[in-house]
Amino acid sequence: MDHRGGPVACTIRAALTGIGCSTIEASWRMTMSAPLLDIRNLTLEVDRRAILDRLDLAVQAGEIHALLGANGSGKTTLACVLMGCEGYVPGAGCVRFNGVELLPLKMHERARLGLTLAWQEPARFEGVTVREYLALGRPDYDAGPALRQVGLAPERYLERQVDRALSGGERHRIELASVLSMKPRLAILDEPVAGIDMLSIKHIIGVIRTLKADGGSVLLITHQEEVALVADRASQLCAGRIIFSGGPREAVDHFRGRACVRCDGEVCNHVRA
Amino acid sequence: MSELDELKRILPMVGAEPSILDDARTAHVVARGHRILSRRMVPGLRLDAEETPDAIVGKLTVDAGAQIDRPIHMCFGLAHPTGTQQIRIDVEVREGARARVLSHCLFPFAEEAEHRMQAVVTIGPGASLTYTEGHYHGPHGGVRVLPHATITIGKRARYFSDFSLLSGLVGKLDIDYLVEVEEEGLAELSAKIFAHGTDHIVLKEAVMLRGERSRGLIKTRVVLEDRAQAEITGITEAYAKGARGHVDCLEIVQGQAHASAIPIVKVFHPEAKVTHEAAIGSVDRKELETLMARGLDPEQAVEMIVSGILR
Repeated sequence: MDHRGGPVACTIRAALTGIGCSTIEASWRMTMSAPLLDIRNLTLEVDRRAILDRLDLAVQAGEIHALLGANGSGKTTLACVLMGCEGYVPGAGCVRFNGVELLPLKMHERARLGLTLAWQEPARFEGVTVREYLALGRPDYDAGPALRQVGLAPERYLERQVDRALSGGERHRIELASVLSMKPRLAILDEPVAGIDMLSIKHIIGVIRTLKADGGSVLLITHQEEVALVADRASQLCAGRIIFSGGPREAVDHFRGRACVRCDGEVCNHVRA
Repeated sequence: MSELDELKRILPMVGAEPSILDDARTAHVVARGHRILSRRMVPGLRLDAEETPDAIVGKLTVDAGAQIDRPIHMCFGLAHPTGTQQIRIDVEVREGARARVLSHCLFPFAEEAEHRMQAVVTIGPGASLTYTEGHYHGPHGGVRVLPHATITIGKRARYFSDFSLLSGLVGKLDIDYLVEVEEEGLAELSAKIFAHGTDHIVLKEAVMLRGERSRGLIKTRVVLEDRAQAEITGITEAYAKGARGHVDCLEIVQGQAHASAIPIVKVFHPEAKVTHEAAIGSVDRKELETLMARGLDPEQAVEMIVSGILR
């Protein structure tokens, strides 16, 4: 299930219907410099409150892009909208992934284009071994290298179940190994070091770099400065809208500097402070 | 082809090797209807059985201190579309003994039949019995399967049971187990059932924790599809100091199936504790989405989740 380097799925694209994209279609000429992920005017409201508010964001091919923001700023919601999770249907906006209009696609169709998501709280699977979880139906798949990449010894973990007996940190690492084994074009990692001990964060940073080195891109949602600085670029999200994009150091400093000028203070912690 | 040869041909359907019936070191009992087709005992194990017109009546004894290393295979079932099989058996695992029973229940051709099991199991002090029962049913679903058992677990004795019905249509399955656990005894009851068509599943398991520091676990996994229905009752009652019990029931309902789960927990001693968890519903959304985010379509994802639950 290697999603890199293949042709754009023309047949899927041709079958799609637009969701509010017609007015900006002209600007989406496929060129060599077109972003891998191009989000325009994305809006999601819950009870008339905008969780995502006309959000624009671009992630280039081969880029690690960190997404910073206070709790409740919309980072995980954005991840769920991009992946197509149930209940996360935007009211307006358009998302193109590798030139394909993403929003009309079902979740597994998005994944087959090379998009995936590692959740902040990964699911548990009773009776499913780590080996089976990483192989996902590929009988000859060798899951050992992906496990070693996240700092887990295959001989200790391959036959364990992906269930409640795993600690939060172990489950998180297995989730990242699952992402690695998929070789995605774009991996959305939501808090990939949550629950990971300090000594093991280097393994996770190694995973992020490996995803890039293998030709993929990463949208990296994180609260950890050490992890954010691995990115090539970073953006700050506040109250559902991108308020800053730049280098990771600048973005971290911007976030720390409480420089938000648009936030109403209900969401953005740095303004309230 | 003899009935025994026919049975050997279908044994792999429940994951058993036909060669086990030829192995002199492995005990077995094979019965079709009310006839015993084959039996072999090993040192430390005795079977006294009688064929009657309406039942097989017997007693299986594991001698005190005997350690039966190889599993004892018991093959039951019917070779024809109609018929009745009734087994009335006492099982006694005497003090300090250890045995493992694999029971294979085969009804590949049954269309309108009944299999009735009435067992009284006694596990002596410090003894251990592991009982695994696997069913294979054909596509017709007209069987009434009625296993009823009373199990007494002695001081520091251990009992593990694992019932599975994972393929074919059963018809009506009505399990009723009552387990009495004495001081420091342990009972773990596990059942995995995949019901289809118009299958009707009634599962009632009761664990009475009578002795101090006795322990019990009832774990049930049921997946229903089509118009199948299930009523699952897990009862644990704790009567003594330090007794610990848990009831864990998960039912996944698909199609037009419907299910009920009734955990009943009672505590009669201030230093005893019984907990329970029960969940009924569709496949967990988060699990489904996680697999779909890796590229599995919804059907593939459900299959992986369900096969894991029933493993």
